[in-house]
Amino acid sequence: MPAVTMTVNGVSRSADVEGRTLLVDFLREKLQLTGTHVGCDTSQCGACVVHMNGQSVKSCTCLAVDADGADVTTIEGLANGADLHPMQKAFREHHGLQCGFCTPGMVMSAIDLVNRNPSPSEGEVRHWLDGNFCRCTGYHNIVKAVMAGADAMGGGS
Amino acid sequence: MDDFQYHAPSSVDGVLSALRGADDGKVLAGGMSLLPVMKLAMAAPSDLVSLRNVPGLSDIEDHGHCLKIGACCTHAQVAASSVVRERIPALAAMAGRIGDPQVRNRGTIGGSVAHNDPAADYPAACVGLGATIITDRRKISSDDFFGSMFETPLEDDELVTAVCFPIVDGAAYAKFENPASKYAVAGVMVARDSDGVRVAVTGAGAGVFRVAEMEAALADDFSADAVAGISVSSDGLLSDNVAGAEYRAHLVTVMAKRAVEACG
Repeated sequence: MPAVTMTVNGVSRSADVEGRTLLVDFLREKLQLTGTHVGCDTSQCGACVVHMNGQSVKSCTCLAVDADGADVTTIEGLANGADLHPMQKAFREHHGLQCGFCTPGMVMSAIDLVNRNPSPSEGEVRHWLDGNFCRCTGYHNIVKAVMAGADAMGGGS
Repeated sequence: MDDFQYHAPSSVDGVLSALRGADDGKVLAGGMSLLPVMKLAMAAPSDLVSLRNVPGLSDIEDHGHCLKIGACCTHAQVAASSVVRERIPALAAMAGRIGDPQVRNRGTIGGSVAHNDPAADYPAACVGLGATIITDRRKISSDDFFGSMFETPLEDDELVTAVCFPIVDGAAYAKFENPASKYAVAGVMVARDSDGVRVAVTGAGAGVFRVAEMEAALADDFSADAVAGISVSSDGLLSDNVAGAEYRAHLVTVMAKRAVEACG
């Protein structure tokens, strides 16, 4: 089995994996980082979004072996202890979640947006979230949360 | 998904030799098309040859008369490229509407053209703009490259290395998209230059196709009105739970009109 080594939330992690092991399965099953979710498993819903080398990607449609050497950040890597990331705080304050299943992917996707576009318009937020499905909220509070999170981030992570 | 032998060579030659040594090898770029197909067991290659360690496939070069875009350029890279936005803005805009942001961060132009999904956007961009597909061994015009769904003239051990897009006087792409997948239900690229007008349709048929009657009409009168009365036959068009063949035929005319209007 191929061996992979990648930096996950700032820590170098290695494991033997099958070629077919998906990045999300590596994170969840090998590293026990279960904050990254699997929703549709067909790269549409966005529950599995993580950052790989500074870009948001769908970890259900990326091979772990293709992430060898990469720098990966998951939802677990955002908070500083009990001090949540500004985008996480914004989701809490603006009730940007109900069941919470989509939330890790929403937050990771939103941070990638703000890193590229520090002051997105509401339309830009909605367009950016094309690849993140929420079946509870109707998106309205998620959009409010992302706009507030962008303000709180002050232009980048 | 069945397991496979994984290779990550560091040169084009290494990719080709890995493909030649495999029973049923496939090239893996961003994986946005291939991995879903493998999950559905519609493909079960014995070997995957990743391009991630091959240098020099992600450059965008302005050659004056054309833009040469490396096969591993992602859709996000093409959409954000200042060169593409200035020289062929319709191409940058098209790339910026493929899938969603995460798909655009991984999916590549080379992967899209080699896969030739009948609802993908790049086939319409390539055929509409008159692009040339560059492989490790030859150049293939888009008109000859894109066959019926998932069919191309690529050999089993042949690698797309770049796509060259000629600079045209004006072009625009209009797409009616599936709201979930963002694939084209019908997408039309219209381009005009001194040689005439090209109209390429994706999403509606079993593969990208040109509409000669619209091209001739637009060559005489480049206006939305010129194509408003021209419809394609629904015979042979795709029909699924999103749109029937007759509706797709209708959409082709609507998207063609919108693309012409957007050309300015």
